[in-house]
Formats: sequence, structure tokens, C-alpha cells
Amino acid sequence: MTSKVLDQSTKAISQTDQEAIAPVTPQSSAPSLGALIRRPEMGSFIGMIAVFAFFSVFGGSNFMSLGGAASWLNVASELGIVALPVGLLMIAGYLDLSVGSVLPASSMTIAILAGHFHLPIIVGILASLGFGLAIGFINGVLVVRTKLPSFVVTLATLFAVAGLTLGLSVILTGSTSVALRSAPAAKLLLGDYIGGKFQVSIFWWIAVMAGVGFLLNFSRYGNWILAMGGDSISARNAGIPTDRLTIALFMASGMCAAFVGMSQAILYNSAQVAAGQSFIFNSIIAVVIGGVLLTGGYGSVVGIVLGTLTFSIVSQGIFYTGFDANWASLIIGVLLLLAVLMNNTFRTMALTYAPRKNAKARP
Amino acid sequence: MTPPLLKLAGINKSFGPIDILHDINLEVRRGEVLCLLGDNGAGKSTLIKVLSGVHRPTTGSVELDGKAVAFESPRDASNHGIATVHQSGGTFPLMSVGRCFFVGAEPTKRWGPFAIFDRKTANEIAVRETRQLGITRIDDGNRLVGGLSGGERQALAIARAVYFGASVLILDEPTAALGVKEAAHVLRIILQARQKGIAVIFITHNVVHALTVGDHFAVLIKGAKAADFRKGDKSREEITDLMAGGEHMAQLEAEIEKYMASHDGHPPGSNSLQLN
Repeated sequence: MTSKVLDQSTKAISQTDQEAIAPVTPQSSAPSLGALIRRPEMGSFIGMIAVFAFFSVFGGSNFMSLGGAASWLNVASELGIVALPVGLLMIAGYLDLSVGSVLPASSMTIAILAGHFHLPIIVGILASLGFGLAIGFINGVLVVRTKLPSFVVTLATLFAVAGLTLGLSVILTGSTSVALRSAPAAKLLLGDYIGGKFQVSIFWWIAVMAGVGFLLNFSRYGNWILAMGGDSISARNAGIPTDRLTIALFMASGMCAAFVGMSQAILYNSAQVAAGQSFIFNSIIAVVIGGVLLTGGYGSVVGIVLGTLTFSIVSQGIFYTGFDANWASLIIGVLLLLAVLMNNTFRTMALTYAPRKNAKARP
Repeated sequence: MTPPLLKLAGINKSFGPIDILHDINLEVRRGEVLCLLGDNGAGKSTLIKVLSGVHRPTTGSVELDGKAVAFESPRDASNHGIATVHQSGGTFPLMSVGRCFFVGAEPTKRWGPFAIFDRKTANEIAVRETRQLGITRIDDGNRLVGGLSGGERQALAIARAVYFGASVLILDEPTAALGVKEAAHVLRIILQARQKGIAVIFITHNVVHALTVGDHFAVLIKGAKAADFRKGDKSREEITDLMAGGEHMAQLEAEIEKYMASHDGHPPGSNSLQLN
């Protein structure tokens, strides 16, 4: 009985052997239209083109002018600096809501230290960035140690930091709004307009794009982040230091939110306790429109940048049309839904893709 | 006969008051396939978890190459050359084949001051290693793992384990979710791994698959080793009986006979069959 089974199996095996030896022409790596469509950012690219076309028709020449471009690029740059590390976290399988209060808290940090207490501006800059890193560290450690969902942990720190900021501001300065006068060098580097229109934060955004893009696509850490978002247990078993990686990613998003808060204080020459709440959902919207999977494991920097641009074009473009600005949220809501549906479609296409020539080569 | 590469002696595992494994003794040698058979709930999964470093045995010892070892973690076990491939393949569906193959051990090359992930090398090695196992459909390392079939994912995971120098390969029901043709392919890969001198532990409840590739068989029932025999010692029916505990099937046959005796020799119809 046993030997009969064995004979059959060896026969089957020698058949498959021949298939194995069959020559296969190597896959060409030249970019094709098909390969382009399977890119994860395809959905967000189409979305951005669509909203840009829409507003260039309805927004008229003002939207297309240099000033019009500056208005949405400025918004995109601030949102983009926050959205990129938030997107990395989402690819790794986590959410960070605390950016919404880290941003005004670091604004207040620099304004109180350099504006109210007249310390050197560099002290304020370092303190506000350090504050962002510290909150990120706390988020990361809490998520790693408690194993609670990052949504809950960062929701808690969102409120805790907001309360802390408000309480300390009132105790230290007696006010919820503090003026700041920056040294010219700090102003030039961190909070100025170029040509009277374009914020310097646009350049910082490009720098963050380059950094995050390198990290995700070209360094080994990109592989770790994707693997951790895909299956954190398998990733840990494969030797990835998932705890340290998680903490580092939360620290990056804390620092980037703090950077935006700090540069806003320098730009507007003042800081307010209540700024920044809009960044919580706006950053998530930009990242999700950009094709990042909410549950982690999939996403790209190009997609996040496109998602950020799409969001900014809608939120600013509406002012150039004859429509009431209140409609912008409706458009963003519908757009978010469409973008996610489209991203799902493109992801399925990428998954079901099989090279054609082999299908033919098989007997 | 060569000394065993992996040896379990008197392994017991309890979770609180519940005993899962009782006094398990097993040996597996290089270039040998040990088939671990058993019904659902027989303790196969727990035994794998002990071997792969997820659980530590309550009592008993694990010896690797003659030396006693105690694995701290799955990572520790894999550093000792014990690779476990789960039914799902343990892979990341939304990662490319090349990236997935090298998770945690990425090849890098210098680019100015930076060490960058060498995607080209990663893709080439991943494709080459899986193709060596006869999976010809994978020819582009940029393809997403989620687009592969179940058998191809198993092959990718096995190729990965072999490439990174596993000396003991634990396969947890690799053929359970596969069609006939794909299962045959995975069995063939198991034989290839055996030829390379790897000790394979093949967990299955498919007796045909086990008999096809196994050299040595162990049947687990209720957490204890019920039988331990070598190729050719037992027939397929005997093994199936053993796995199911035997008496269940015998009871069913007896009831059918009883029914036929009381119904003028008619076998029970689909509507009238009422077994206790």
C-alpha cells in the first residue's frame, strides 16, 4: 500500500521537474503602463488631477496665478510635514492623534521661552522640538508596553497635552496667547515668506519628503516598517526590533508636529493654545487619500504627498470659486470615500497581477 | 545510524492545571522527514510552539546536536537553525517577493554615506531560490506576495528558511489548504529539503501526504505519543484508525451493522440514519 503511494508520487514529481527546468525569459524592469497602474499611488494621482482640473475651471485665473499656487502650497507644506511621519506610522500599523495638541504646545513652548521670558530663540527652538520628541517617546513607550490600540493611547495624550498647555500657559503668562519676536536668522530659516507669498516651510516639506522617501524606499528600515505593519508578530520573529522601531516612529511624528508648531509661532510672531486641532484629521485624510492602508502594511511617500496636495487644493481652491467655502468639507468627505474605494481597486489589481508570458509558457 | 539532530526527551507542557503534552519523546535526524500526525486538538500545535521557541516546556529537555538548549524566543530558535513555516506561509501579503524574502536580513549596498537596501540583489536571490524549488511562476521579485497561490507562498517561505541555513525545518500543515497539484508540489519541495540534509518535521493530518514523503512517523493522541514507527511498518488504514482513535470508526461500523440486521439487510438511507 505504502509503496504504491510512493511510486505515484515520484512519478508526479518527475513531471513537475520538467516544468521547473523550462526556460523563462527574465522580466524586463522597464516601466510599462501596466506597472504604472499597479503603483499604490495611482488612485491619489488621479484624484489630484481631478480636483486640480475642477478648481482651475471654476477658480478662474486667480487660482492659477502665483498667489493661488502659493495659497495651497503653503497649506500643503505645513500639513505635509505632519502627514509624512503620520503616514509612516500608519504604514507601520499605528495612528497618532496627539499631533493635534503637540503642534500648539510646541508653539507655546517657543513663545513662552523666547517671547515671554526673553531667552535666546535657539533655546525656544530646541525646547519645542525636544517637547515633541518627548511626547512621541511617551506615546511609543505606552503603545509598546500597554499593547493598547495607538488610537486610544494618542487620544489620551492629545487631551492630556492640550490640558497641560492651557494650564501651564495661564500659570506662566496669565494668557492663552503669547507674542514672539524672532531673530532675523531664525525668521528667515523657519518662518518667512519668499517673494512675499511662498512660506519657507515648503522647502522644509521637500526636505522631509526626501528623508522619509529615503527611509521607506531605500533603507532597510523601510522594509522593517512595511513588515511590522503587515504582521508585527512575524516581523518580530524575523528579528526586527519592533518596540524600538515603534518608539522611534512616534518620536518622529512628535518632532515633525512640533516643528510645524514652532515655525508657525515664528511666522505669525505669536502662539495660541487652541491652534492645530485641525491637523488631527487633516493629516489622516491626506495619508488615506494617498493610498496608505489604514490597517498598515502598505503605502508610499509619493501617495502621501499627492494626498496632501489634493486636500490643500480643495480646502484653498474653494475660496477662488464663487461657491460658499462651507462646501469644501463636503467635497473632501466625498473625495475621501472615492479615493479609498479607488485605492482598494488599484490594490486588488496589484495583488491579482500575474505576468502574462508565463501563463502562456505553461502547458 | 547518525545521531539525532533534534531530540525531545520527556517533554511535558501544562497551562496552569491543564496538561497539554505528556511525556513526549521524539528524535529527528539530518536528511530525514518526521511526520507528526494527529487529529485536531491532539497537541500538535503546542508541540510545534515548544520546538519553535514560543512556549517553554514545563519539564523535559530539548537537545540540538547533542547539546541541551532552551529557546528564549522564536528568534532564538531560528538563530539555532530551527525554522517554522506556518500554514499561511508566515508572509506579508502586501510586500513584494524580494522584500518579503529578506525581512529582517536585508542586503544593503553603499551609496555615498548611506547603506541602501539592495532591491536588485534581493529580488534576484528571492526569485532564484524559489525557482530552484520548482516555482517557475515567480519570475519578478517586485510582485506582491498576496498575488501568489498558497503553494507558492509555502515555497517562498521554505526557500527563505533554506537560504538562511535552517537545519531543522518545521512545516505546520503546509498542504492543508492546497489543491492536489499544489500539494504535490509542496511535497516535492519537502523531499528537496530532505536531500539537502535538512531535518524536516512535517505536521499534517493527511495520511497520504505523510506516507508520500515521511521516513519516520509519530501519532499524537490527546497530548501523548500513541505510536512511533518507521516507513513501511504500518498501512494507511492502520494509521488512519490510530489518528482518529480507532474506536470511533469501529463504533460507527457496528451501528450500521446493527441497523442492517434489524431492517432486513437494508443499509440506512439518508433520511433514516439515526446514530446514537
